[in-house]
Amino acid sequence: MELSKEQCREIIARRIAQELKEGDVVTLGIGLPTEVANYIPSDIHVMLQSENGMIGIGQKDTEAPEIAKVTNAGGLPVTTRPGAVFFDSAMSFTIIRGGHVNVTVLGALQVDSHGNLANWMIPGAFVPGMGGAMDLTVGAQKVIIAMEHTTGKGEPRIVKNCTIPLTAENEVDMIVTERCVLEVTKEGLLLKEINPLFTLEDILKDTEAELIIPDNL
Amino acid sequence: MKEIISIQQAASLIKEGSSIMIGGFLRCGTPYKTVNEIVKNKTSNLTLIANDTCYPEYDRGQLIVNKLVKKAIVAHIGTNPETGRQMNSGELEVELVPMGTLVEKIRSAGAGLGGFLTPTGVGTVVEKGKETMVVDGKKYLFEKPLKADVAVVYATKADKFGNAFLEGTTRNFNTVMATAADTVILEPEEISEEPLNPAEITIPGIFVDYIAFEGK
Repeated sequence: MELSKEQCREIIARRIAQELKEGDVVTLGIGLPTEVANYIPSDIHVMLQSENGMIGIGQKDTEAPEIAKVTNAGGLPVTTRPGAVFFDSAMSFTIIRGGHVNVTVLGALQVDSHGNLANWMIPGAFVPGMGGAMDLTVGAQKVIIAMEHTTGKGEPRIVKNCTIPLTAENEVDMIVTERCVLEVTKEGLLLKEINPLFTLEDILKDTEAELIIPDNL
Repeated sequence: MKEIISIQQAASLIKEGSSIMIGGFLRCGTPYKTVNEIVKNKTSNLTLIANDTCYPEYDRGQLIVNKLVKKAIVAHIGTNPETGRQMNSGELEVELVPMGTLVEKIRSAGAGLGGFLTPTGVGTVVEKGKETMVVDGKKYLFEKPLKADVAVVYATKADKFGNAFLEGTTRNFNTVMATAADTVILEPEEISEEPLNPAEITIPGIFVDYIAFEGK
């Protein structure tokens, strides 16, 4: 099954939005994870936290001045939702590292069988820095990875052991790709759902890590 | 009452080789007027402590582009390709610190603490060369406090006591940086003739040494 990049991203973002519950404090990473906000069911109220210092992110603010006073972690002007709060970076990371974020959704370069995550650098090629990703991965109650199943070159991102520098050890709880949903367990990666557009073979051929496949799937 | 000085006078307080904390998250809540003046002065050999190195065209990003920084201690450099280029060519030393650890190192210095234990970075390259400790079965890294010669921080509004109000998400690193440097310069957008409402102050004026104001 060939899907466009946009279709893949929508499938992933829609599926992750189903994991969010009423009242959750949720921090979304930059890029694909941010798109999860577009699919949060309208009957639940989720508090979106932003590491630069707010809870209650609304929409893109198209009327803000050039240097805006309310932005998201990508530096883009945003509006606030009812119940919004502003705070400084020390409070922001008290919230993040202190376990007060229920769910964080992050992108990944690689995830492995042990729930290790690598998403902040590729030595010699791409070194943007970790920003708040290490704190978020360690501190959030539930870490969900949103990523396309393979790299642009078709290489597996779900590997036996990460080969690039880690963001955190053993912290990932769930992986959602356009092809499947995986849960990280003590025994390894458990295949929970297969997108009906794909077969089990489509998943296995592009996954380096061993998967636990339940009989009743 | 705090001394109100010009932006030029403020920038001249930063000397060659100083360590300087600059508030701001990308372009939000950053004291760009003073920083632009430091760029104009070509004050070099600086150690820059900040959340990020902004974009190449603006304030902290310009310090990098003009090669005024010898070492940057920051959480993120992805928005300024010049930082990465200088790092790879060996012109600039970059110490990447997890954002929550960076702010807490600064907070520790300002709060008189000898450091703190954090689970962030355990099992990663951040752990390298650091002491670790197990508390109640969980492993932590020991992180030291971080202070600077000068902090330049932003405010939306200040009064003559140096008490400052910061709107929206402009607070970011400004509040903690104001506590952790030998000399603290506050750059407000506006100065109020009347004292600000005590209940609405983000940065207590006792931390501030100078107020830098355009038009002074």
